[in-house]
Amino acid sequence: MNVINYGQLLQLIWPEIILTVTALLVVAIDLLFFRNSRVRVRFLVAATIGSAGCVAAIIKLLLASAQGSLLDGILLSNPLTHLVQIALLVITSVTLFLSVDSTFTAHVSEFVLLLLLATTGMMFLVGSQDLLVIFISLELLSLSVYILAGFDKRSVRSSEAALKYFLFGGMSAAFMLFGFSLLYGFSNSTSLTRIASAIHGQPLNPILIIAIVTTVIGFGFKIAAAPFHFWAPDVYQGAPLPSTAFIASGSKVASFFIFFQVLVLGFAGAEGSASLLHFQSGWIPVLVVVAVISMLLGNVVAIVQTSLRRLLAYSAIAHAGYMLLAFVAHTQQSLASLLYYVATYALATLGVLGVLAVTEKQLGNDTIHDLAGLSRRAPFLSLCLAIFVLSLAGIPPLSGFFAKFLLFSALLAAGPGSKLLLWLVIFAIGMSAVSLFYYLRILKRVYVADPPAEAGEIESSLLLRVIVGLLAGGVVVLGCAPDLILTQILNAIHASGF
Amino acid sequence: MLAWTIYISFLGALALFLLPSRRAAWARILALTTTIITFAITLTAFIQHRTGEMLTVAHYPWIPSLGIQFSLKADGISLTLLLLTGVIGVCGVLFSWNIEDRIKEFFAFYLVLLGAVYGVFLSFDLFLLFVFYEIVVIPKYFLIAIWGSTRREYAAMKLVLYSFIGSAMVLVGLIAAYVAAGSKSTALGDLAGYPFAPHFQMWAFPLVFVGFGILAGLWPFHTWAPTGHVAAPTAASMLLAGVVMKLGAYGCLRVAMTLFPLGLGPWGFHVLGFGSWRDVFALLAVIGILYGALVALVQKDFKFVIGYSSISHMGFILLGLMTLNQIGISGAVVQMVSHGILAGLLFAVVGRLVYSRTHTRDLTALGPMRLGKVIPFAAFTFVVAGMAGMGLPGFSGFVAELMIVIGVWHSYPSLIVFVAIGLVAGVAYIWRSMQMAFFAGTDLDTDPPPPPLPPISFSERLGAGILICASVIVGTFPQLFLNVIHPALNSPLFQGLRKGGW
Repeated sequence: MNVINYGQLLQLIWPEIILTVTALLVVAIDLLFFRNSRVRVRFLVAATIGSAGCVAAIIKLLLASAQGSLLDGILLSNPLTHLVQIALLVITSVTLFLSVDSTFTAHVSEFVLLLLLATTGMMFLVGSQDLLVIFISLELLSLSVYILAGFDKRSVRSSEAALKYFLFGGMSAAFMLFGFSLLYGFSNSTSLTRIASAIHGQPLNPILIIAIVTTVIGFGFKIAAAPFHFWAPDVYQGAPLPSTAFIASGSKVASFFIFFQVLVLGFAGAEGSASLLHFQSGWIPVLVVVAVISMLLGNVVAIVQTSLRRLLAYSAIAHAGYMLLAFVAHTQQSLASLLYYVATYALATLGVLGVLAVTEKQLGNDTIHDLAGLSRRAPFLSLCLAIFVLSLAGIPPLSGFFAKFLLFSALLAAGPGSKLLLWLVIFAIGMSAVSLFYYLRILKRVYVADPPAEAGEIESSLLLRVIVGLLAGGVVVLGCAPDLILTQILNAIHASGF
Repeated sequence: MLAWTIYISFLGALALFLLPSRRAAWARILALTTTIITFAITLTAFIQHRTGEMLTVAHYPWIPSLGIQFSLKADGISLTLLLLTGVIGVCGVLFSWNIEDRIKEFFAFYLVLLGAVYGVFLSFDLFLLFVFYEIVVIPKYFLIAIWGSTRREYAAMKLVLYSFIGSAMVLVGLIAAYVAAGSKSTALGDLAGYPFAPHFQMWAFPLVFVGFGILAGLWPFHTWAPTGHVAAPTAASMLLAGVVMKLGAYGCLRVAMTLFPLGLGPWGFHVLGFGSWRDVFALLAVIGILYGALVALVQKDFKFVIGYSSISHMGFILLGLMTLNQIGISGAVVQMVSHGILAGLLFAVVGRLVYSRTHTRDLTALGPMRLGKVIPFAAFTFVVAGMAGMGLPGFSGFVAELMIVIGVWHSYPSLIVFVAIGLVAGVAYIWRSMQMAFFAGTDLDTDPPPPPLPPISFSERLGAGILICASVIVGTFPQLFLNVIHPALNSPLFQGLRKGGW
């Protein structure tokens, strides 16, 4: 048994420590000095301090030594985890600023505290290859997020969302833990690499199959893949807007990354094959089924949605389906495409929700119908909304298109001549043609329909406009010059020896 | 220099977006200036072009880790089509001078569309080409849905979904080709030189060809075109029928056929008399010619006549491509130019000169208005455009169709009868609509005088004049274009195609 080197432990978790201290600082400062200030001021102060913490953590990550591992991967750091953690921190600080204009609660510091704790959970989640730490940090993330979803105490929908999220989440966590316990029993270790070596070279036995299925259920819930998606529409719709933004972006990025690691590292050797002629059970057939159902259900059900938030939820399910295809390929290139995809997807989703933060306040609801004539009432926000929505639909030169291109070419390159992969790509591209229909429906209301009579301009705070504008700029720049982060991702993957 | 056609168009759109609302009237001038500059650039490039040369316009690494380059090149074929785009672009603005509603946005979308079209014709990298090809889709939607007429939202959505499904098919083929060639480069030159396996080409070719063919109005995937053209505002239908449909045909020739030449070869067996994809597409093209002409013959709506005539004329282009001999393919390229000019002109007459004055396009309702008397200029323009379209010598349509027919004679003698029927039906529908729209009213002195209509403005006369001149130039000096098209077809890019079948 190894002995813990506490100095190394401290080195590895500096960013998480910074975040936790920041979270406590936010609570202290808010409750001590700003109790009687206006909510907006309190949010502004809390968001600034929180973001400062995020920035400090990012700087610490940039300066930290490239490689490090504690006790066989219980905690580890390499360029890849650093990159993902930086992305998570950026997303968190954007979410913090998105909440500045909200009025749903007077408990500002608690809200920000939970957001930062959830981020800490994600950081640990990303930086571990050990089932126990993965589970615990996933629970830290989940529990914080359940409360965040129900933070609007005055709204019935918010409570309903939180309850649903909690019940589904508890159930799927139970499944996951059950699977993990089987894995531990099977391999006598909680380390992903040890588990893989225990699996390796053996025929698949029933215990392992159960473990695969329950793990997929557990993570499928987090990434809102069908058929584990039932919480998503209600949570997206009912939760306060900043919580929705966090659930839809940050939590997705972290979950996708760790899901990929667990499957590809932990279940290496149990991939199986889903092609008809050489069918072999393993996790690939399971994921193919989940991906296809998600793409189909997400895209088809999104067509009939009238609420923009619910539409986003269903489109999130569809996008989860596309991203799961990267798992099917499970190559270095497909991991790069997955990371690029999920990061740019998070940007676009945050952007849409940022626009919604303005319109919901002014129009009173989030129906697509009420967006009529927005392009004449708020030209800048409409342009940004068009950029986000078209990026989600995969129209070049926006980043959503390049993400799809990268993903699909990685998929085909993974198995030259494989009929299954080709059909999956054809299906996915066909489904994205379907998705254009409902994305264009949003833009139709915004640009084509006439605004209601005597509707004036829509007021929005400068801060929100700046954030939304930055996000839109990010979507365009990453689409036009994808090399900016693509080379980073590729280098990080190579350096981490994935 | 040519690359600036793209940049200037996009910059113009940006400037229009930023234009303050109280200066909205400047939008027209700004749009006209932009299009004239781009037209001047294409014209200069066309004149300076040395035959047979592949002109490198821009070449930068773009995404080096994937081998994607920002590569713009022009040969004779693309220059010809760029010139067409320049002409139509200017005339489209001239015929939209009467737009008042949300004028800034109208011209902004118009210029984005135009810039993307320039981009497609210039791209020599398939990824880049696809990017521009997709950018075309979105402004089309808004132009039709906001400023259109008859069932505009339905037509716009239909058009966009058809285009997007077409480009989805193209994307599958392109990614498959890129990966099959080792994921090293997306340059057209590299991929066209790569020897793809024959069975791969056999499925990739029809996929990409049909994908582009949807935009080129390939029967039976043409149904977006008539509804889209009819619903679109005049400038948009001019661009749609005049240039955007050519993008599809250009993609068929430039991408599908150069990349997968073996896909055109015989299957080695016969199904229902078809021995290759080439036979299948040739037959579909002929059906398109006949179907478009015959349906145009029974339309009540004036604009639908023109809409269906486009299907018929686009059928000629696709048939010309499938002849796989030099005269047939050059004929197809000349037909692209010819139809671009004439469709632009016809839609301008129907949409702007007639419809925006009479507010009806019903042929039976137009008759009693005695438009031949009231707006003789419109009648004159329509007669000229119609004559050119039905293939009267001296106009562009004659040269193009003659070359295609000769090509068909060499390759598919059995189809020539149907092509001839299509040509005759072409004369018939033009004649019928001309008669019903302009010269149907009885001309008795006892009738009350027809209600006066707003006079034809200068910009309309200018636009119509430019297009008629263009058609006559192509018709009388086709050598001007053939001199650059032939060497382009003999360039290394089309080597695989030349070896493959012709």
